[in-house]
Amino acid sequence: MGLLRTLGLAAAGFLLGLNAVTAETTVKWLHLEVNPAQVKIWEDVARAYEASHPGVKIEMQFLENEAYKAKLPTILQSKDRPNIIYSWAGGVLKAQIEAGVLDDITDRVKGYSDSLTPAALAAFTSDGRVYGLPMAVSQVGFLCNKELMAKAKVDPAAIKSWDDLLAAVKSLKAAGVTPIVVGGADKWPLHFYWTHLAVRIGGKTAFDAALRGENGGFNSDTFQKSGELFKQLVDLQPFQSGFLGFKNPQAVGYFGDGKAAMTLAISTVYHLQRALAADKVGLSEDKICWFDFPVVTGGKGDPTDTLGGINGWLITKGSPPEAVDFLKYFISKDVQTRLAGGNYLVPVVNGADSGLNNSFMKLIAANLANSKYHQNFYDQSLGPSVGRVVNDVTAEIAGGSMSPQDASKAIEAAWKQGN
Amino acid sequence: METGQLTVAQRIASATAIRRAGSALAPTTVRGPHWDSRFTVVILFLPPALLLFTLFVVLPIGEAAWYSAFNWNGFGRPTNWIGLDNYRFVLETRAFWLALRNNGLIIVASLLVQLPLALALALMLADRFSGAVALRMLFFMPYILAEIATGLIFSFVYDGDYGLVASIWRAFGAEAPHLLASTATAMPAVLIVIVWKYFGFHMMLFIAALQGLDKTLIEAARIDGATRSQTLRHVVIPLLYPTIRLSVFFAIVGSLQLFDLVMPLTRGGPADSSNTLVSFLYNNGISRMRVGYGSAIGVILFAICVTFAFTYKRWFMRDE
Repeated sequence: MGLLRTLGLAAAGFLLGLNAVTAETTVKWLHLEVNPAQVKIWEDVARAYEASHPGVKIEMQFLENEAYKAKLPTILQSKDRPNIIYSWAGGVLKAQIEAGVLDDITDRVKGYSDSLTPAALAAFTSDGRVYGLPMAVSQVGFLCNKELMAKAKVDPAAIKSWDDLLAAVKSLKAAGVTPIVVGGADKWPLHFYWTHLAVRIGGKTAFDAALRGENGGFNSDTFQKSGELFKQLVDLQPFQSGFLGFKNPQAVGYFGDGKAAMTLAISTVYHLQRALAADKVGLSEDKICWFDFPVVTGGKGDPTDTLGGINGWLITKGSPPEAVDFLKYFISKDVQTRLAGGNYLVPVVNGADSGLNNSFMKLIAANLANSKYHQNFYDQSLGPSVGRVVNDVTAEIAGGSMSPQDASKAIEAAWKQGN
Repeated sequence: METGQLTVAQRIASATAIRRAGSALAPTTVRGPHWDSRFTVVILFLPPALLLFTLFVVLPIGEAAWYSAFNWNGFGRPTNWIGLDNYRFVLETRAFWLALRNNGLIIVASLLVQLPLALALALMLADRFSGAVALRMLFFMPYILAEIATGLIFSFVYDGDYGLVASIWRAFGAEAPHLLASTATAMPAVLIVIVWKYFGFHMMLFIAALQGLDKTLIEAARIDGATRSQTLRHVVIPLLYPTIRLSVFFAIVGSLQLFDLVMPLTRGGPADSSNTLVSFLYNNGISRMRVGYGSAIGVILFAICVTFAFTYKRWFMRDE
């Protein structure tokens, strides 16, 4: 009886399915988000879209970050590829555009794209053509622990120049406080120092010149000096003991546990440290301070220039129009305001930052709005191959196994060797 | 009982030898009374094996060799032909030589520490006494653990803040080192884990061989007045030579393949000081999307493995 009923249902389902085949479009959406609270919101958005767009199904797929990076070329060239994929823009995006695995969506986002922060949209634009849409931006800067800073009588608001930072590290060490925690095993947290110094010393002009191979490319004075200044910091032994063995989540947890005074981090760490602290409580907001990366005396970069991430979504080749449509729905003022309200991101849709209800996130949003030059993470913008070399050599400077000069030479050599 | 154990030991040895040698063409050695039936067997059994071997071994190797001549990021078709440049790039990379050195270190540690340890334990535990089985199980346990799990466990053990090593150091009032975070200690720390993980496996091989030994030879030696150590040196160990050779073979091949233990422990760092050839391939080829460069490393690794496997079989394992 039960079997008969199942069969009957299956047959009915099959018939209905036949009908639906013509009407139903599935949009496959591959994401990397590990925060369940945020994924929940995304799922709600997808279900809401399905409800208002009958015949469209949004299928969410997940891959872990590193696995995603390694599998991406294969995924993109399979017939069963997802329609919407995650992107950090930069060199990887450039390679994907050149390989022709993405859809040019310029015409389909005309008008809509005006609602986005121009700098963020520019990261997904190449030769005037749009290949994806940004979702969030972030800034790299110093998070600090008010109590520990006070213990060493260091005023974070007074750390304006690189020398101020070095002085602060000395005071913290003298007071018996671990000045800085860093996830050195992952290498990229260390590359923030070298790259942000380059942003301060050379500004946008130096980076663009290096890309064109002028003045010795990445072996130019700007990048050598970045290494030298970073070495000054390293020589003070500012990091926690064993920092080259710490992965980033461990380091963030270490900061959340209140065991180090500062950490150079992406702005999202402000909230992330709570989840990764040993007690899952971490530092409350009144105990955290923030200051922008210090300026370098004589540097050509503007103090308002920022280093950070630009994250967004790409549409793969041959996707149904519904994929772009859903993406526009997902990156709308309404949804972005909700995500901003949860302090998950600094939004890219104009007006959505009104959803930010936290002074820190508002500050970051203001910084990014004021920034005339927002440098995407080097390890993304230079592509996976050269980017990883930057990570390698900065970790080697930090470990004392490579000189600043050799570091810039290695990056330039990798850049010439090409992707 | 004796003969039963003999066959078990032989079966383990021969089965593993066949598997390691990758000899999927084994059916050709089947001997039938008539040429006809041999031919039928070949017709029946060779094609599937040959097909699988070609599909999953020969073709990928050929593909890797082909890709290694291109500067290619994995998108589209490889078009940028650069000849042997990738091999030059690999040989110019300092990390490659470090990785090669580390593979050498693993082999040295296996031969000088792991195998003697395994042999000594096997000699103690091969005899039947109460508790022998429990001890054997205990020593064999690390081998059963998954490599990733072992790596994670030891990354906690070595942790300079919370780990076992840290609490031991603190008990002596010293500040604990972060073993995995220093270029000087990361590789030794990995070596210790390797020895810990695999000695039980070699011990089991030796125990199986010891139990399969012809006891009459040992009795004869004893009747002739040989002391225990003389018996060991002149009778038991020479009889174990085939197993020792097999064990050495496994240790070396294992070293060349080592990857999944290194990744959770150090990921090859700091500053490439603990990369093996395979983790070097992963870190520099796959995660950088330099498919050509990675393929070149793969081809070099393959050449090393094949050269080793054939030379070793030719020189040391001729009779087996």
